[in-house]
Amino acid sequence: MNQSILWEETLHGSSTWSHVLKRGTALRIEAIEDNSNVGAIFLNADNPSERLNLPDTLKAQHIARLTTGAVLYSDMGRILCSITDDTLGWHDPLGGCSDARLVEKKYGKSTYQEAKNNWHQNALDGFLIEMAKYGLNSRDLMMNVNFFSKVEVAEDGGLQFIPNHSSVGDAVELRAEMNTLVILNTCQHPMDSTAEYALKPVKLTIKKVEAPGADDVCRNFRPENGRGFTITERYFL
Amino acid sequence: MPETVIQTSTRVPEDAIFAATVEAGDSFVHEILQGQFVRIVDLEGNQAVDTLFYNAHNYADRYSAQDTIREQGNIYLTTGTKLISTERNVLLTIVADTCGRHDTLGGACATESNMVRYALEKRSMHACRQSFLKGALDWSKRTGHELDKRDLTANINFFMNVPVTPTGKLTFEDGVSDAGKYVELQAEMDTLIVISNCPQLNNPCNAYNPTPVRVLIWDAK
Repeated sequence: MNQSILWEETLHGSSTWSHVLKRGTALRIEAIEDNSNVGAIFLNADNPSERLNLPDTLKAQHIARLTTGAVLYSDMGRILCSITDDTLGWHDPLGGCSDARLVEKKYGKSTYQEAKNNWHQNALDGFLIEMAKYGLNSRDLMMNVNFFSKVEVAEDGGLQFIPNHSSVGDAVELRAEMNTLVILNTCQHPMDSTAEYALKPVKLTIKKVEAPGADDVCRNFRPENGRGFTITERYFL
Repeated sequence: MPETVIQTSTRVPEDAIFAATVEAGDSFVHEILQGQFVRIVDLEGNQAVDTLFYNAHNYADRYSAQDTIREQGNIYLTTGTKLISTERNVLLTIVADTCGRHDTLGGACATESNMVRYALEKRSMHACRQSFLKGALDWSKRTGHELDKRDLTANINFFMNVPVTPTGKLTFEDGVSDAGKYVELQAEMDTLIVISNCPQLNNPCNAYNPTPVRVLIWDAK
């Protein structure tokens, strides 16, 4: 496949990152420590009232986990990004994000004055601050994905965080099907069962990729996705 | 199929301060004040009632599906479930439920998602997000409070059955509800309720036959 790397960078632990991932490019996120977590939200950069809709994403594909072949649907029936590669088989769409109260309760208080850039941060504030840079606020925040984490649903509906799910070298790749504002946050998963506050950096690679062909794994993952790609392609005609 | 717990309510319709029938395909928007009880009755059975809740004094603070299921450690909503907001407030608590469980992962149907899920030609069929928008726009016009598409987030589907399996599959199944079953909530703060009584004709969530529901409100005693 004709791919060319545009740039690579490291996203530190407990940090937030954003980028308008252009249609025709892809973002690869690679774990460089065990047990990483990358919270993520996705909006149409050209019209942010259109954004990731996880209920539509899950029900259109009959899934409660994200892996290769699955796509991320907006509320307009279009595909923001596709998961074209994944070493893990399960990324969490259910657990949501941490907030200041949860982080303080689990890990104690740690201010910037004392701890400088190792201070305790939370994903909700990270998302909201980054969104504000694009003129967005809490009204624009819906459900988030947690890459590299797994929350299992038992027969009775019970939710269980599965520890030690990801390892160094695990990676997931997202191909932008629209110009997508991607906001990432590397705070720990809100259901993370480890007792220590931990900084888990990840490696980000942005590259040019080919448009999805007729044999594309995401297009053919479900008949619904074939229609999703058609609707998305029409948006750019 | 997990065991469901049935909890009835002692409140009787004669004492209600408000009652309205919401036909399938219609929206319903109303304030539920702190302490008040709101009951939704599935009049004919197997009807999906797509519902959103907001802090009545700050619509940016609204029902959050992810926070609600994480805090109770279970994806199904039933008696005892606290509906958590995006700012981590408790909006309402489910105090009675004769159906046994309700969904909050299936979202609301939309003309656009119907094109994806069923066929590109389905675009002109009525859908919940049309009703949500109509309800929100009318409410805004009437009250001057801003409520629009940005405020339509992941909703509750009362009486809808959307099982998730331990292997990560999600399906839509025939309803577990029946004629006369109801769910009742007490408001822990002043809230706004926005309902779309689901018009979906393409899947079993309404048994392919959308029907009316009844909304009743009681004052706190």
